[in-house]
Amino acid sequence: MLKRVHFPPSILPYLLVAPQVAITLIFFIWPAAEALYQSFLIEDAFGLSTEFVWFENFDALFKDPQYTGAFLRTAFFSGAVAFLSLSLAIVLAGFADRVVRGATVYRTLLIWPYAIAPVLAGALWAFMFNPTLGIISYALEFINVDWNYKVNGRQAMALVIMAAAWKQVAYNFLFYLAAMQSIPKSVIEAAAIDGAGPIRRFWTIIFPLVSPTTFFLLVINAVYAFFDTFGIIDAVTQGGPANATTILVYKVYNDGFVGLDLGGSAAQSVILMALVIAMTVVQFRFIEKKVEY
Amino acid sequence: MASLTLKDLYKSYGNTEVLHGISGEIQDGEFVVIVGPSGCGKSTLLRMIAGLEIISAGEVYIGDRKVNDLEPADRDIAMVFQNYALYPHMSVRQNMAYGLKIRGISKKEINRRVEEAADILEIREYLDRKPRQLSGGQRQRVAMGRAIVREPEVFLFDEPLSNLDAKLRVQMRLEIRKLQQRLGVTAVYVTHDQVEAMTLGDRLMVLNAGYVEQFGTPLELYERPASLFVAGFIGSPAMNFLEAKGQPDGMLQLENGVVISGAKSEGPVTLGMRPEHLIEDTEGPIRIEVSVLEQLGANTLIHGTLEGTEREMVASLPGIHQLEPGRVLGFLIRPDELHQFDSKTGKRL
Amino acid sequence: MVEHRPILTVLTHLVMLTGILLIAFPIWITFVAASHDAIRMTQVPLPLWPGDQFWHNMKITLLGSGLRGTETTPVWWMMFNSLVMALSIAFGKIAISIISAFAIVYFRFPFRMGFFWLIFITLMLPVEVRILPTFEVVANLGLLNSYAGLSLPLIASATATFMFRQVFLTIPDEMLESARIDGAGPMRFFWDILLPLSRTNIAALFVILFIYGWNQYLWPLLITTDADMTTVVVSLKQMLTAAEATPEWNIIMMTALLAMLPPILVVVFMQKLFVKGLTETDK
Repeated sequence: MLKRVHFPPSILPYLLVAPQVAITLIFFIWPAAEALYQSFLIEDAFGLSTEFVWFENFDALFKDPQYTGAFLRTAFFSGAVAFLSLSLAIVLAGFADRVVRGATVYRTLLIWPYAIAPVLAGALWAFMFNPTLGIISYALEFINVDWNYKVNGRQAMALVIMAAAWKQVAYNFLFYLAAMQSIPKSVIEAAAIDGAGPIRRFWTIIFPLVSPTTFFLLVINAVYAFFDTFGIIDAVTQGGPANATTILVYKVYNDGFVGLDLGGSAAQSVILMALVIAMTVVQFRFIEKKVEY
Repeated sequence: MASLTLKDLYKSYGNTEVLHGISGEIQDGEFVVIVGPSGCGKSTLLRMIAGLEIISAGEVYIGDRKVNDLEPADRDIAMVFQNYALYPHMSVRQNMAYGLKIRGISKKEINRRVEEAADILEIREYLDRKPRQLSGGQRQRVAMGRAIVREPEVFLFDEPLSNLDAKLRVQMRLEIRKLQQRLGVTAVYVTHDQVEAMTLGDRLMVLNAGYVEQFGTPLELYERPASLFVAGFIGSPAMNFLEAKGQPDGMLQLENGVVISGAKSEGPVTLGMRPEHLIEDTEGPIRIEVSVLEQLGANTLIHGTLEGTEREMVASLPGIHQLEPGRVLGFLIRPDELHQFDSKTGKRL
Repeated sequence: MVEHRPILTVLTHLVMLTGILLIAFPIWITFVAASHDAIRMTQVPLPLWPGDQFWHNMKITLLGSGLRGTETTPVWWMMFNSLVMALSIAFGKIAISIISAFAIVYFRFPFRMGFFWLIFITLMLPVEVRILPTFEVVANLGLLNSYAGLSLPLIASATATFMFRQVFLTIPDEMLESARIDGAGPMRFFWDILLPLSRTNIAALFVILFIYGWNQYLWPLLITTDADMTTVVVSLKQMLTAAEATPEWNIIMMTALLAMLPPILVVVFMQKLFVKGLTETDK
């Protein structure tokens, strides 16, 4: 943490941290405190008077089936995105790890979705699955699937999950590949000599050895699905149909900017902050554990 | 060139005092080695001289200047670090020139000094390489070159050879000595290696647990160690220590009851005998039961125990000897080579 | 790998190719859509093979004024906005993070740990959870519809600060001691030693942050109401909404293609730095 030697005391270090601290205070701490404060207030319909109501906003939120619904939906959405993208990534990484020649070419071809903005990823998938024009929708007709995600909530959810997972595969793939490549070759060879075939080796040797990476990626993917998928939802479904794809982040935005419910939106923000803090703590606990591993 | 004076230096970290009043005069042009086991405070002392550690109490003078409050750069010193601390992104030339450039010395003068130092150290052909392209020995030379170009009053070395392999270390040791003599500069050198200390230093300052045990020439330290610690630290193989009792009649009674002459005081004393000072003599009173031999060619190390006790002893005999384990040999020692220490304080008697 | 059975090798490559097809298919479709004329793009089934209108579409997209009925700023100008935002965010984050890491590692001063934790907290406050109050702050400061408003609130970075801190901690202490003996003051040490030694880390971080900045959506969506300040990523969403009325999918998909091109180029051509940046900032 600390260097043995330091520069002599002066005003310089304060000047050096000043920009970062100023921006943190103005754009992070102040708004967060504001959100916390507003979450205890109720404003009347005309914005004329406000009343301090303690936890009433929170109470109302958790009694609101719309909100609890969004909560569960978000959990399902994150779980599905993480599962889908992690399984695809680990399979691809497992095979890529076997490739002797051309591994970097494969890597290059697999990682670029990371660079695509969520809203663009959403646009691409919305286009492919467009009910009237989409190329996949057209193909689905042949197997008698009546595809219209604009009216069918389940289909809408499936579509945003696919788009979100697709974008995240690249990231997970990179981390899995790095983890697998750092397993000493001799361990794999020892298992082979013990008579374990490739599939058995994968489940009994490689999979357990990359489990710290799996755990780390689970947290990262959860954070991604919670917050970074706003663009995908906004591009594909705008939370619809009938709120079928309204996840928490989308609801904060919708209630705050469209519905103009300041207190409620602030209370939602506060809950989200608590979630991020929890995830950050888990993530840091993991890092400490990984050092021992 | 200048002398270096340390006056009652103390260093504490919080409540822990690590140096307890270090004093010493280092003459102009003298090569002084600070030696001691790891954790004895020798590096801290050197870094206090350099200005890299704050002095808790006491004074450091370079020449007549008190330098306590001067920045390292203003103390007119140069330092060679254990890991060389070369700037990895700069060429050898830039590494050597960096300090001069900061001081605002003219380009012409910088070039002159760098090339002169490069000639002395025979690293001219590497001047445009980066440190990572050099071997350990070459890096070591660059680190010294960086010190030379500054033309400092005092050279400080912090275990500069400990990252080199054994052979190179011996070679660089000689080179450092030659260089120092050639430049005639005052040098303070820190090491934990007593052989390095003995061969390099005009004088040695032996440090133990933050105290100076002895400050003297290598021969003084060898012939008249001031304490048990110095006696055990200097010399290889290490000195034998035996417990004994001074008798009123001036005799010393060893652990196995045998008596030898030469007691300096009554009561318990610790005797010190260097393995190379034990002279084989069939009539000798110091009788050792042989257990293992180490054949070094020029001499033979005889490991064994003092007859009738478990006290481990080593004797070094010139030439080659073949002895079976279990045999008992007698040894003599000259009175002036028999060191006696107070068993309680460890001070020389 | 251990086995040398050809069937396994074939299988491996088959799986990899399938994976790549799966990953690349949406982008291929985008490319195909961007290379046909508007009329072809309304006829089911849509083409799977590129047409000959690619360059024409690119020209009218870049220089034209968007979809019929929703006349907007030309795409090249919005790409310029995106570029300014991405570069300001990347450079801004790097600059303020590297100096604060420098202060925290190389100085001992009152409230040092306080500042450290303050910066750490930003990790827990992503823009998505504090949009409304942050929007108010920016509005009160009069920064709506400005490049400063687009980038400043996103510039604080705990991860970048931690990364630089990590980098500095691995630089041996002797480097600083040596520099002090050479007479270098703090800023000189920073410029001459620390900055050059952190070069690759800066580059790796730049790659990641450029992508991050370019791909910002929610924030620019909120604070740019002026069409001249819109970024290309935001404009795509607007086009998507407009597509209900004017389904000029060739133009929309060309815009999408142009919007994803810069970050993709950065990832593909600076892959080593990208991987380094990704693995180092998230640890």
